[in-house]
Amino acid sequence: MSDLPLTKNINGKTPTDLTQYEATGGYVATRQAVGAMDPDALLEIIKDSNLRGRGGAGFPTGMKWSFVPKPGSRAAGEGHRYLVANADEMEPGTFKDRLLMEQDPHQLIEGMILAAYTISADIGYIFIRHEYHVAIARLREALAAAEASNYLGAHICGSDFSFRLHVHVSAGRYICGEETALLNALEGKRAIPRAKPPFPQVSGLWGRPTIVNNVETLCNIPHIVAHGADWFRSLGRGKDSGTKLFGASGRVARPGCWELPMGTPIREILEEQAGGMAAGYQLKGFLPGGASTDFLLPEHLDLPMDYEPVMQAGSRMGTGTMIILDDRSCPLGMIANLEKFFARESCGFCTPCREGLAWVQQILDSMEAGAGRPEDLRLLEDQAEFIGAIGNTHCAHAPGAIEPLASGLKYFADDFKAHIDGKGCPYKQGAN
Amino acid sequence: MPVLIVDGKELPGKAGTNVLEALLSAGVDMPYFCWHPAMGSVGACRQCALLQYANDEDSHGKIVMSCMTPVTDGARFSVSADRASGFRRAVIENLMLNHPHDCPVCEEGGECHLQDMTVMVGHRDRRYQGRKTTFKNQYLGPFIGHEMNRCITCYRCVRFYQDYAGGNDLNAFGSRDRIFFGRAESGVLENEFAGNLVEVCPTGVFTDKTLAKNYTRKWDLQSSPTICQGCSIGCNTYTSERYGQLCRVHNRYHQDINGYFLCDRGRFGAQHVNSPARIPQPGIRNEEGKYDPLSLDDAKAKVRDFIQHSSRTIGIGSPRASLEANQALRQLVGAGNYSNGMSRNEQVMHQIILDVLASGMKTPTLAEVAEFDAILVLGEDATNHAPLLALSIRQAVRNRSKEMAGDTDIAEWHDAAVRELAQDALSPLVIATPMPDRLDDVASQSLRLAPEEIVALSTEVSMYLSAGSESTASQASSVAQGLAELLRDARRPLIVSGTSLGDINIMRATVNLSLALQAVNPEAGILLAADECNSVGMAMLDNRLSVEELVDRTPETMIVLENDLESRLGAEFAKKMSAVRHLVVLDYLDNATVSVANILLPAASFAEAEGTFINFEGRAQRNLAVFLPQGSIAPSYYLLSTLNDDCLNDSFNDSLNNSTESVSSSHQARVQTIIESIRDEFSPLKRIDECAPDADFLVLGSKIPRMTHRASGRTAMQAEVSVHEPKQPVDTESALAFTMEGNQQQAPASLRSYVWSPGWNSNQSIYKFQTEVGGADTMGNPGVRLLQGDAMPAPFTIAPTTAAQISTGPRFVAQHHIFGSDPVSSQAQELSTRIPTPYVRMNTETATTLGVSGGDGLACQLPHKRIELSVILDDDVAAHCLVYPKLVQTIGLADVAPGDLQRIAGWQGPKDPLKPNLILTDRTG
Ligand SMILES: Cc1cc2nc3c(=O)[nH]c(=O)nc-3n(C[C@H](O)[C@H](O)[C@H](O)COP(=O)(O)O)c2cc1C
Ligand code: SF4
Ligand code: SF4
Ligand code: SF4
Ligand code: FES
Repeated sequence: MSDLPLTKNINGKTPTDLTQYEATGGYVATRQAVGAMDPDALLEIIKDSNLRGRGGAGFPTGMKWSFVPKPGSRAAGEGHRYLVANADEMEPGTFKDRLLMEQDPHQLIEGMILAAYTISADIGYIFIRHEYHVAIARLREALAAAEASNYLGAHICGSDFSFRLHVHVSAGRYICGEETALLNALEGKRAIPRAKPPFPQVSGLWGRPTIVNNVETLCNIPHIVAHGADWFRSLGRGKDSGTKLFGASGRVARPGCWELPMGTPIREILEEQAGGMAAGYQLKGFLPGGASTDFLLPEHLDLPMDYEPVMQAGSRMGTGTMIILDDRSCPLGMIANLEKFFARESCGFCTPCREGLAWVQQILDSMEAGAGRPEDLRLLEDQAEFIGAIGNTHCAHAPGAIEPLASGLKYFADDFKAHIDGKGCPYKQGAN
Repeated sequence: MPVLIVDGKELPGKAGTNVLEALLSAGVDMPYFCWHPAMGSVGACRQCALLQYANDEDSHGKIVMSCMTPVTDGARFSVSADRASGFRRAVIENLMLNHPHDCPVCEEGGECHLQDMTVMVGHRDRRYQGRKTTFKNQYLGPFIGHEMNRCITCYRCVRFYQDYAGGNDLNAFGSRDRIFFGRAESGVLENEFAGNLVEVCPTGVFTDKTLAKNYTRKWDLQSSPTICQGCSIGCNTYTSERYGQLCRVHNRYHQDINGYFLCDRGRFGAQHVNSPARIPQPGIRNEEGKYDPLSLDDAKAKVRDFIQHSSRTIGIGSPRASLEANQALRQLVGAGNYSNGMSRNEQVMHQIILDVLASGMKTPTLAEVAEFDAILVLGEDATNHAPLLALSIRQAVRNRSKEMAGDTDIAEWHDAAVRELAQDALSPLVIATPMPDRLDDVASQSLRLAPEEIVALSTEVSMYLSAGSESTASQASSVAQGLAELLRDARRPLIVSGTSLGDINIMRATVNLSLALQAVNPEAGILLAADECNSVGMAMLDNRLSVEELVDRTPETMIVLENDLESRLGAEFAKKMSAVRHLVVLDYLDNATVSVANILLPAASFAEAEGTFINFEGRAQRNLAVFLPQGSIAPSYYLLSTLNDDCLNDSFNDSLNNSTESVSSSHQARVQTIIESIRDEFSPLKRIDECAPDADFLVLGSKIPRMTHRASGRTAMQAEVSVHEPKQPVDTESALAFTMEGNQQQAPASLRSYVWSPGWNSNQSIYKFQTEVGGADTMGNPGVRLLQGDAMPAPFTIAPTTAAQISTGPRFVAQHHIFGSDPVSSQAQELSTRIPTPYVRMNTETATTLGVSGGDGLACQLPHKRIELSVILDDDVAAHCLVYPKLVQTIGLADVAPGDLQRIAGWQGPKDPLKPNLILTDRTG
């Protein structure tokens, strides 16, 4: 029973194959549960474990699954039921799912088998961004091996349960990571998010009950099933259960990705894992959970990486992968770069995001170029408010996209002002 | 009924609707773009935002989209809170970033929903400093202009075109702030309903090219409520004019008929009014066969002379002329010498329609068609022959998805969600036609059968349905059994047929099947499409003598009213016309009959004449003149009735202005006298004067204006004559006036000549005239359905066709084309490039029998013309059928024996005769 179950097979060198995976207890949970356990009992375990989605929003996984209509009920209708692993991972600064898929593909596959069994899904897809070609190849290999061993396909492990799993390579847009845009893309339609409700649990892929989970979320499932909810809850250092892959990028001594207990203080991640700031750089701020989260400041370093404390500090745990802003990099430049990405990745469906982000990008670019005007600050604030709240837009892309700007305006107001007053970027003018 | 609390006030809501609909239904000025009353919500534009409060304690609230929020009892909202109105203002500000602000040169200007919403939310100052995104525009065909830079990305166009109308050549391309709406490449928009883009698009991206040609702002247009002349559906339209030219046709909402839409034949075909082939003045044919102009008085004197000195004068009416014109003709020649202008075959077919409408059978309106959950189409080419019927059938097949949505608790208005849930699940639609049908893409089963096979199939289905015993039932084929069970078990099955194949037996078999079905499923409906805009009216007026019968009575003088007898009855018949000594023709466009007349009288088009028309469902509707005809052109009813009563007024225009000082109760409009005579003479028509008030009707002491209210002065259009405003002509014939003064808001729907409401200059203002969104007109829906009954008709005896009797030789089957088969709209210049070139379509086997292959040319020589046809091989055509387009050029082909067709050596036919001529641009220079 490892304290770091997700990465216990990962040595950073050779990926785990089926034999090695089985040798460390892999597929035991599958053999024990599939056909033998009541899916509802499994669901209870997941609920009890208090596992929360690792895709960014932190929604309790067991609760999400419980919204799938039971087979045979009126709302369930007739036909296939789907499970989708969201392996789009296009959030700038996030590279945790990649590690899991490249190094230990069977862990994801087993997680999907157990999840599918719990929600009675008969078809699964791993929706993966096309740049992840190593992961794609390894997943395909692993799928074949799992099929050959009857962990996948018809009558899994001799039970009545059948589950076919496919790897679907995305044509590549950030918005394809939004779960309903993902479903549209999978159907061959324009990758535009759907309005919720109805949620995918009720009307998902091809209008059928569907669960979309993040890769990391699914990777937790085999361990929870094998070792129980209490064990999983005990792994967390704070209120949240389990472990999490945390990451750090930017000017730290050792950028990387580490599995640590939930609730690990940010300072610990930054100083002990990432080795502190790179020589000659000071910490100015950081995005705690990927590009679409609000900035936090050095004063927030002692916060535990748990959903609620980070939220209370005004940001989000997101994907748990931090992007570090150092004292010699221009915050406005960083924000401009991110907004450029987000504006480009807008699906173009709703007005605030489609038009609003493009405008924000233009204003930031002009500030960088020295053409900022005092009234631009007001404009940016107005736009941030307009775009910023969930519900103002059709999906969560724009509110997420605006978080670095909204928090940047608050924390780095002096830097913005300096760009306007000095007609250009002070960081570029000084020796850097 | 759920009650919403909006800004502290209670507002009634309706379960199953959304908050935007509730607000609009209550008359609130709520801005929106992407929501459409007929297409529901998708939440794209974010314009309809308001605050929703979680509970009574919540004073902060949360921005939600009213179009995406279901009506729930007691829910609290604020429209006026600063955060809500500020958000709506920000939406416009952001939409305007890339909008070119080219209102002065934009066709939409003055009736632009974007302009209206911009003013409504109060966005004024531009803060954006950047460049604007620009796009390359496309050539989209002769009807619709494209100016993509004006797009606000509301997605309405693609939703209408693809989801509602079943088109597949208009798409959204690209992403972020560079989304392009258009075709994959320049080319004609193919869908028959593409013209609705002009009204569906809230800005000036898709605009009406026919309007652009005679461009005029809405406020300078003179309009009136008109009835489309394109087919028997009788869509309600607004037709608009300026400077004596018809500028455009717009939808006129009718809850029971066309809703918010029109077809392209109706919208663009009305341009025939401006055709150079219009007959401008009376004429008399000289020895060389040319027409010498004649004054109207002289022409009338001549006609009176003919009548006085003829042993017999007959009058041939017309199913495309108004009831009034036909009645005036009938009164002139006497009932025994009048025919309603239909052939024997047409009279029988329309009598069947009449009898069905007057019976106890369930005959749905177009709006009701959408409620049927299983439809069988027998031989009717709805898309080409009664286009809006096809649009209704397209919505009806979505009933399955609505049921699924109900099971999943998804609201019907949640359009994208319903479509995603249902995917391609459709209610059953079975189409039995000889040739591919435009509705095949939504059909659960398409049967390709020759006309007599359609009769045989429906007879078989009826027998199965009425079979008392297992043994009779088991004789039916499996196809027939399947159909019978489908119809019997449906919640509401509908059988659709009509006159498009010209086959009486198909219609009889349809009636028989419906009777058999109604006996086992009382909810069953029957819908029969008629042929022309007044075919049913003609059958009601006087269906006794067919044209053939009447012409056989050796008349000396024959008066033909708006009817090309050659295209109706063929060239052989037309020869008989030449035998008549005096042929008098009243018409507005040149045609074969016109060209053999002795005396020609210039009739007014629908845009210049008042008249009553009765549509396929027996609904009488009044068409009102938009503008005065020029010169001696006059409404046919006027020409004919003045022939009757020795009125010597030369021109119709003078008669209006001179009759009496403006309006006085002593004046009896001529048209009103005729309407009253119809009302008094024919009991089924006794309610026709209810379809619109007469000329004496006033609102607050004045007539109803044809122009929008006076905003400034009139235009300077006659300033070179006098700087004083000329006196407007007086209209003593109808309740409308040629003026800006008067009260439009309170006009009854039948007299409302445009829709406008303060702040709502676009056609979106229609909701201000509805009892609720998508509901009835606040002033009552215009028109009256005349026919109703309880008795069931007796089934027809149809000579049984056994398999052996179905002939196996090749035979011609005429196919209607939305563009080309109606001789009047075909004369609209814009339509001409969309008319197919003559072809003959057949399956490979039939081609082999005939010894021809695809791409060959076939010809036949008629007495006075040669018809050339390109051979198209299509295995989706029923065996033995030679399908050809019903066009002016192919008149007479039906009488040719297929064996007489000759192969043309070295034929160089058009590449794709079915597709319009592909022009990639209409820009010059
Ligand atoms: C713009 C956008 C991009 C997203 N990209 C991803 C992604 O790449 N991977 C992912 O797992 N979730 C992504 N999400 C979150 C998903 O919509 C969804 O919440 C998640 O896959 C649910 O999985 P979980 O419950 O296991 O966290 C994205 C959301 C948004 C709004
Ligand atoms: S916020 Fe709107 S435009 Fe942006 S990605 Fe989501 S749906 Fe598309
Ligand atoms: S072209 Fe018109 S209807 Fe289509 S998205 Fe743009 S503004 Fe809307
Ligand atoms: S469906 Fe018929 S009545 Fe309606 S617009 Fe088209 S042609 Fe006119
Ligand atoms: S009208 Fe409601 S979002 Fe567009």
